[in-house]
Amino acid sequence: MPDGAQAVLDVRGLETVFCTRGAEIHAVNKVSFHLKPGELLGVVGESGSGKSVTMMSLIGLLPSPPAEVRSGEVLLGGKDILKLSPTELRHVRGARVGFVFQDPMTSLNPVFTVGDQIMEPLRSHMRMSKAEARRRAAELLTLVGIPDADKRLKNYPHQFSGGMRQRVMIAMALACDPEVLIADEPTTALDVTIQAQIIELVKELRQKLGMAIVWITHDLGVVAGIADRVMVMYGGQVVEQAPVKELFGNPRHPYTRALLKAVPALSGERAGRLQVIEGQPPMLGSAPTSCPFRSRCTHAFDRCGKENPARRALDDKPLDHGHDVACHWNPEPADA
Amino acid sequence: MLTFVIRRLLLAIPTLLLISLVIFLLVDLAPGSPMSEIPRTVPPEVRERMMQAMGANEPVVVRYLLWLRQFFLVEPAYVIDSLMGTNLAGGAQRVLSWQSRMPVFDIIAQRLPQTLTVIGSAYLVGVLIALPIGIYSAYRQYSWFDQLGTFVTMVGSSVPTFFTGVLLIIVFSVNLGWFPSIYDTTLEVTDWASFKMQIMQMALPVTMLALHNATEISRYMRSSMLENLGQDYVRTARAKGMSERVVVLKHVLRNSLIPVVTVIALGIPTIFGGAIIAEQVFKVNGLGTALIGAINASDLPTVQTLTFIFAVLIVFFNLVADILYGILDPRIRYD
Repeated sequence: MPDGAQAVLDVRGLETVFCTRGAEIHAVNKVSFHLKPGELLGVVGESGSGKSVTMMSLIGLLPSPPAEVRSGEVLLGGKDILKLSPTELRHVRGARVGFVFQDPMTSLNPVFTVGDQIMEPLRSHMRMSKAEARRRAAELLTLVGIPDADKRLKNYPHQFSGGMRQRVMIAMALACDPEVLIADEPTTALDVTIQAQIIELVKELRQKLGMAIVWITHDLGVVAGIADRVMVMYGGQVVEQAPVKELFGNPRHPYTRALLKAVPALSGERAGRLQVIEGQPPMLGSAPTSCPFRSRCTHAFDRCGKENPARRALDDKPLDHGHDVACHWNPEPADA
Repeated sequence: MLTFVIRRLLLAIPTLLLISLVIFLLVDLAPGSPMSEIPRTVPPEVRERMMQAMGANEPVVVRYLLWLRQFFLVEPAYVIDSLMGTNLAGGAQRVLSWQSRMPVFDIIAQRLPQTLTVIGSAYLVGVLIALPIGIYSAYRQYSWFDQLGTFVTMVGSSVPTFFTGVLLIIVFSVNLGWFPSIYDTTLEVTDWASFKMQIMQMALPVTMLALHNATEISRYMRSSMLENLGQDYVRTARAKGMSERVVVLKHVLRNSLIPVVTVIALGIPTIFGGAIIAEQVFKVNGLGTALIGAINASDLPTVQTLTFIFAVLIVFFNLVADILYGILDPRIRYD
């Protein structure tokens, strides 16, 4: 492995299908990515592009049926966790992989105290005694910036504001010192000032604790601010992957370019109407045999309808380590 | 919470007074006379004197006020007297049944045990089988168990108890001869054999009512579980690596029980009032039978008193449901 570091999380060719009555939805198609220790990978794409489903299926969080992981490997610390028994996988969730979800208002159980909910994984995975777990829970609340932790542990979720609840969610996800934290749009449901606070908190925690983070978001601004690398997803596959500076400076996939154009500029003259990407994301009724972005792409040509482009490296680094793109189109330097 | 309870109890007083008045007027307006069961050969003057003796020919306002006094002052005084050995009542007139000239409260004391053993245990059994069925049906939605359960509960709640009761009698008493069809109130449980007899004679009425109660409660339980199983906090619990048992029986169940517990609490008064049909079908000599008998004989004091007690129970269990709601759901605070 280049860069010397062994990946904490290495996903290879993950394929997830939802089987509903008479129909299949190919939500995740051959997705591969890796995560180095302490790295923050931003995952962007519009709704339905398979970001969340990818992350949830690699840890067995999707209800099965209807979801089914058809193929692929998910190596966590070198071991394929898809081959684990349900009980073993359960002890990976919450212990080695932490999850933070989008809506902190509904993600906490309303009838249990915050303390109970933070202590649960500690008691279950680390076999802590009640007193130990309580001490650790108070530590965690302090860590995520909730003052007066001992008292707050006895409070119920409805006694916290949205931002505070998201802090509680983060404390819960970090309870057992996970190697990987998956944050599924953790700031989408919060207002902008609280968003900034949560982002700062995650940055700070990452430095303190050194876990690797997958940050799923719609917000390119957030990604630009915190990510080391970015993976762009569309139609259940990875369409472009690059270090953050490279991706924003030299986007190669037409979808990435369109996404970046759709971000309204805060300064300068208003450039008329907001740029949008015409059309709808594809229905994933069968495994793709052509480029899923074809119908909305301004650069589409014959080959795009015949062959689903594979990811190809744009530099001399191996795939998934430098800049790669899944597109047949080769922009002239003048176009770029 | 305490202020809430006190406020609710105070509010209950005008409510109950109004209810008692409405019941009194309704019962009074009902056709029929307490003399209707007296043979026609009794001359009108004698009838007149009998009416006078019972106070039945007084104006309705007088009778109502008298009843209020008897119900709220005299009867409690008698209860205290019998408990403490005092003499508060001083021989004052109690609420008397026109039918038997017996204090209505003595009738209630005689009939209540039958009602509680049969109808009360049926409710308990119903709740105990309804909860696990509801939970499992929801957890395995659309499984054969759920399909069967949904079908049975649909049938159970749409078929009236007087039909299922008679059906049970035909199948298990008449054809198979396993259980008696009539509940013998005089049976006293003294040894193993009489205990077995008691269980046998309770079997059919309890089955009928338990099925009926279970179908309703399990439907509530199932839909409440289904609603909660789809909530975000369930995904959070799974993401924390909690076992399915903890996810379902701790996180989901605790939330799902909130509406169900109130339904169960609100159903308790129906043990006393709503079991009239069950008691008729199986000849259980309980409160329901007493009420029907009193209605047929135009025994106004008994009807009035029993109906009013049912009303008190309904108001009381409404309060209980509200209190339970506040205990189960931390978001609800009554202060």
